[in-house]
Amino acid sequence: MKSVEIVARSVEEAIEEGLKQLDVTRDEVEISVIEEGTKGFLGILGSRQAKVCLTIKPNITWKVRIAEEYVTNIIDLMKLDAKIDTVIEDDNIKVNITGEQLGLLIGRRGQTLDALQFLTSMVVNREGGEWARVIIDVEAYRQRREQTLRSLARRLASKAESTGRRVALDPMNALERRIVHSELQDFGGVETHSEGKDPYRRVIIVPKR
Amino acid sequence: MRELVTYVAKSLVANPDEVFVSELKNDHETVFQIKVAEEDMGRIIGKQGKIAKAIRTLTKAAAIKEGIMVQVEISDQ
Repeated sequence: MKSVEIVARSVEEAIEEGLKQLDVTRDEVEISVIEEGTKGFLGILGSRQAKVCLTIKPNITWKVRIAEEYVTNIIDLMKLDAKIDTVIEDDNIKVNITGEQLGLLIGRRGQTLDALQFLTSMVVNREGGEWARVIIDVEAYRQRREQTLRSLARRLASKAESTGRRVALDPMNALERRIVHSELQDFGGVETHSEGKDPYRRVIIVPKR
Repeated sequence: MRELVTYVAKSLVANPDEVFVSELKNDHETVFQIKVAEEDMGRIIGKQGKIAKAIRTLTKAAAIKEGIMVQVEISDQ
């Protein structure tokens, strides 16, 4: 975990300096005083400097800030014009990106977006602390995709039911497969399971006999 | 482009000062070679190459905007 040791005239001064160096606020660090420091007699004789150690507490506030900083930098470096907005939702860090012409940030079936989300989550969680899930969305793409998947699932389930044959969906990632399974959980006439190995793992809809 | 690759690589490793990215252009593509400290190889490749794959995907997206083809290679020093 990231930490610094600072020597200064007083404990307070040392803490201030440490916060500045780590670029964090006081509630984002663990402070331990190694040496109190004394003024000494008339400020000269026997004066000792204070020494403190500040360690970053990778709590959710800190992680949100890291996520925001990271995504902002990536967007700038990709020369995209976008606005980002970060919120904590059910202990997950949600980063919403809005702007014009962000299709390339989504990529085919969201694979660029998934890559950015994965890298951000690695960076955010690298200092330890409680694992924070990072969800990145561009122009509500994930939301729209979820709706598309749900209606696709129902359509294919009806097909499986009426033809009496199993239907294999296209390969999808775990999150998307979960959406399909959950949509068809209460759909009477079919059962679902997944087959194959990532990244080719896919949902299979089997009619009940 | 190179800045992006460098930033992404540095953000993942324990020794950012030992990250070097070189850029080689040939007639149809640009090859970025990321060099990291030996102990950081795992951090930049990831389980089953998952991190390396994400770096490539992101770099390729950025390349679309610049209208170029890119390759990303990773090695230790």
